[in-house]
Amino acid sequence: MAERSFATEVGKLRASAGEEFNGEGILAVTKALLQSGVAYVGGYQGAPISHLMDVLGDAKEILDELGVHFENSASEATAAASLAASVHYPLRGAVTFKSTVGTNVASDALANLASGGVTGGALIIVGEDYGEGSSIMQERSHAFAMKSQIWLLDPRPNLTAIVDSVDIGFRLSEASNSPVMLQLRLRSCHLHGRFIAKDNIKPSFTLRHAMENPVRDTNRIVLPPASFLHEQEKITKRWPAAVEFIKDNKINELFADGAEDFGIVMQGGVYNTVIRALQLLGLSDVYGNSKIPLYILNVTYPIVDDEVVAFASSKRGILLVEEGQPDYIEQNINAILRRAGVDTALHGKDLLPVAGEYTPAAVIKGILEFVRKFGPQLLNESNLPAIVTPMGDKPNSIKSNPPTEQIHGRPPSFCTGCPERPIFTALKLAERETGKHHISADIGCHLFSILPPFNIGATTMGYGLGAAGAAALHDPTSEKRTISFMGDGGFWHNGLTSGIGNAVFNKNDGLLVVVDNAYSAATGGQDILSSSASSEIRSTKHPIERAVRGVGVEWAKTVSNTFKVNEMKKLFKDALTTKEQGPKVIVAQSECTLNKTRRERPITAKKIKEGKRVVRERFGIDPDTCTGDHSCIRINGCPSLTIAANPDLMRKDPVATILNTCVGCGLCGEAAHAAVLCPSFYKTSAISNPSIWDRSKSKARNLIIGSLQRGLDRRLVGIEA
Amino acid sequence: MKPNLKSPQNRPITLALLAMGGEGGGVLADWAIDMAEQNGYFAQTTSVPGVAQRTGTTVYYLEFYPDDGQGKLGVHEPILSTMATPGEVDIVVASELMEAGRAISRGFVTADVTTLIASTNRVFSMTERTASGDGRVDSEAILKSAKESAKNLIAADFAQVAEDTSSVISAALFGAIAGSGTLPFERQHFIEAIERGGVGVKTSVAAFDKSFEIAETIVKNQGRAKTSGIPIEISARPITPGEISPADQLKIIADPSSAVGSKLKELADEIKRDFPESVRVMAVNGIKRTADYQSIKYARQYLTRVHDLIQLESDHGNGTARLLNETARYTALWMTYEDTIRVADLKTRGSRFNRVSKEARINDEQIMEVREYLHPMSEEIADTLPTPIGKWILRTKPVTKIIEKITQNGMILNTASIGGYLLLYTLSRLKPIRPRSLRFNLEQERIEIWLGRIKKFTPMNYDLACEVAECANVIKGYGDTHRNGWRNFTSIMDEADKVANNANAALRIKELRIAALADEDGSKLRELLVV
Repeated sequence: MAERSFATEVGKLRASAGEEFNGEGILAVTKALLQSGVAYVGGYQGAPISHLMDVLGDAKEILDELGVHFENSASEATAAASLAASVHYPLRGAVTFKSTVGTNVASDALANLASGGVTGGALIIVGEDYGEGSSIMQERSHAFAMKSQIWLLDPRPNLTAIVDSVDIGFRLSEASNSPVMLQLRLRSCHLHGRFIAKDNIKPSFTLRHAMENPVRDTNRIVLPPASFLHEQEKITKRWPAAVEFIKDNKINELFADGAEDFGIVMQGGVYNTVIRALQLLGLSDVYGNSKIPLYILNVTYPIVDDEVVAFASSKRGILLVEEGQPDYIEQNINAILRRAGVDTALHGKDLLPVAGEYTPAAVIKGILEFVRKFGPQLLNESNLPAIVTPMGDKPNSIKSNPPTEQIHGRPPSFCTGCPERPIFTALKLAERETGKHHISADIGCHLFSILPPFNIGATTMGYGLGAAGAAALHDPTSEKRTISFMGDGGFWHNGLTSGIGNAVFNKNDGLLVVVDNAYSAATGGQDILSSSASSEIRSTKHPIERAVRGVGVEWAKTVSNTFKVNEMKKLFKDALTTKEQGPKVIVAQSECTLNKTRRERPITAKKIKEGKRVVRERFGIDPDTCTGDHSCIRINGCPSLTIAANPDLMRKDPVATILNTCVGCGLCGEAAHAAVLCPSFYKTSAISNPSIWDRSKSKARNLIIGSLQRGLDRRLVGIEA
Repeated sequence: MKPNLKSPQNRPITLALLAMGGEGGGVLADWAIDMAEQNGYFAQTTSVPGVAQRTGTTVYYLEFYPDDGQGKLGVHEPILSTMATPGEVDIVVASELMEAGRAISRGFVTADVTTLIASTNRVFSMTERTASGDGRVDSEAILKSAKESAKNLIAADFAQVAEDTSSVISAALFGAIAGSGTLPFERQHFIEAIERGGVGVKTSVAAFDKSFEIAETIVKNQGRAKTSGIPIEISARPITPGEISPADQLKIIADPSSAVGSKLKELADEIKRDFPESVRVMAVNGIKRTADYQSIKYARQYLTRVHDLIQLESDHGNGTARLLNETARYTALWMTYEDTIRVADLKTRGSRFNRVSKEARINDEQIMEVREYLHPMSEEIADTLPTPIGKWILRTKPVTKIIEKITQNGMILNTASIGGYLLLYTLSRLKPIRPRSLRFNLEQERIEIWLGRIKKFTPMNYDLACEVAECANVIKGYGDTHRNGWRNFTSIMDEADKVANNANAALRIKELRIAALADEDGSKLRELLVV
């Protein structure tokens, strides 16, 4: 990655056997891959697995030493397809992406991979972005595992358990000739903890060996009749092999079995929450010594029939804690019990929420209901946790009168100095003249345009699909053109073909804005094909405009400074009114400020220290000419442009003000001009280490301006006390 | 604090930190975990940053469990939760007041267990910022709820501590956690963790130390309050820049002339003689403002205008003096409307240069330049000129065209340069011709009509008259914003005339006034006017 160093994290990857590794869950997985003798790693960045990609991107030295190939795949589909290297060769490979969005993109390749099966261990590490803080639709990766018969691991949220599951995943994959998906929940990825490291291992079979001794076997290729055989093979060979491996290695865990005649079954990922719930109900200690039998599904697909039957048949009732919907596991277990003729009551989504994250509050309530039904004598009803105590009858009950009206949402928005904000300021101003248009949004920071203060954008159909999302709104007789947005990340991911090629081919007349900030910014600032920085390990600087012209766009303009609001506004108007046919593409180019600042801040600090002339710019607002209407904020929304108590003794409404976090990007001034706002904005330039010319100029100015100001002051004498 | 070992639950110590992107919440969590692990604890932190790192809220959740002789890493570890359970959070830290409110709303703050450490500074939400009038939420209500909800409340402006020590708020909050005495670690352990972190150590420790003292003092006072039974207030609300302290207000009421310069003594004496106490502060501010804007004569005109309402207030008022005060306020504001001369006047003053320089933190070795973003329209230029010339310009298309051509892209003026300064200075010296300008006469006429309406409505419906007075606040801004404001104002006034005899007229006008400030283009107001 261009502007950020992961040297500390890379250092941790060198930990040897017996050393204590200390860090985030996703970093632990990275280390676990190297400990497992992985030969190649690919993936597409996105929360919560970006860190794995970023750290490996900086770990060239270690990877070279071990002979591991690492690649920033063009998309999740590319990443998944790259696992083809493990089809014929005993190579361990891993790919990673955000799920379910990435898995959606990857599913074509995953289906083909799973059909033919693998020889070397193939691990798909998915960052399950589900629940609080999630930025995507709420779906389950579980469905993909089931439909392709990819085995699904869901380890307990504990670094040792997570690290172990990487090694188990590879072995399970090899034992059953099937790819394995390792599902890591959002919080597990960001979990900070410890585990005891092992030595890194060089892959025993190398990529070079594979390339120099090519193997082919038509039985592994997805084409009839082999594909029909694959389906049978999955059921008759690979599945039983997986089940046997899971049972032999006791991957699923059984605790306190026999303690009671009822028990709890859970996904590994919700184990800690269940234990905390039990603990607060007085049914477990902090080490997980439960009074109730527990069966932990560290493999959530396939479910091992024998284990379920054995656990359930000795019990009156079991509770399944399965996060997410549909309730695949519950349906599965119901079928297993019915087939086995076991009439143990199965509870699950009747006592727990059908949808939504399984928070401690939800799980405590569900388990309490369950235990009340099957073992009320175990409960101390007079000492229940506050969350299940009726309000008001205990001192620790939860307040019933929170300051609800005082709490506003804080949705994400563009950073201070973000070069994407002025694009939407310009569009908002252009639309004041051209009227409203249908606007198709995409995935990326630019999607924040849908939120206040811009309120721009009607739909978002997926990464790189901004232009595609406007494809059907295509009527040559319409006087209004559609506008669609796409980021540079989405553009290279698929937008060039799915959106732009499609628009050219189908003679679409709409406007497409490609927001080019030189990084895949929303995922953490990774380099992409059009990045402006040079990279040792990647080929960059491929202009987007050249690519769009390459697929046949005639009307294409690149703006190299998005802060010129008036110019941007004019360009929008041109694109929306030009007589020229075919798609109009505007490449709106300015570097992501987050990454720019990362690079430039230390340089500036160094320059000032060295006595070089440095100018720091920031904006300000005169509080005495600001009338408190806040029009400027409504077309800007910058976090540094806010409000403050009015220093005027008579005015009541707060004034607009600019915080010291301002980076002087210039939007305030440009917007004040473009929207003809008010004369209150000014830009101050603080010149450090001024030149002799600066100094003498300043002296002369102070002399003249100073004397005039004293004159002004004299005229005001007698008004103030 | 010891973990809850005596309770049957025997659960770990829990801490939730609510912060916003860029505040260093992750750093604080890392310090805390490192400190705990170095001191033999099992510790864990999780967070869900996601897109929240860009200005949104993030909750960092931490758990600590002591070495009780049973735990062994990788073999037999205490099971730590990745999510907070409402009612089971020992320490809640909020980097901002609304975030403290959010923690309370989420049930994290409970009276039997929670120490709430809240920074009282405000980072305004988008909703608060984009409102056309005053959209700020009630900070007092959040603080009140915080006091009621928490076992202990440690509330102070830790953002200011960070600012004062050139550090970040996370370091200040870490100090407050240490000073609160709620974690089983010594002050030195906290500082060592910062030092091991190795980034910004000196400034972080400075912020840490200052907040430690603040938190420690608050805790001590609380202890005393408990034993003595005397409730101790956290702190009185500070006086914001635009406020006059109650003591100073009393002084002005008793002797208005003490608050003005020699040229305004006569008018101040008149205020003392004729004006009820309840409006004196406002009237004093009004004469100063109008005198500063134009002349002593203009201030006299102002006072006469307000004077006219004294009798009406005493005849029909309800004791609040709302009508008199609000009319005094908005008459002054309206009379000092922002024209080119006023803007130039304010921008060229020495006091303004000092303010700007302080804000930009210009030190003695630096040189400052100030560039104004101005966008005079032909109307604004015509407005400033003597009525006949102004009217001629507006009438004569080619002239307005030329002016627009010159000004259409706005101008950027360096007020710190001699040329730039002189231009604005010259404009500001046009004050004497202002009374003959197009805009001046227009505004005086409008003010008189508005005052006339107030006077007419007062005997009919006092509340309605008050509302009409406050409607002047709808007219604000420059250019299009001002034009929209004026249009909204006139439609509300038309409505006021129509409904003046209705019993609920005041409510109706209030509703319209608020609607007029709700959005940019007056659509909310139009919506209500149709009904």
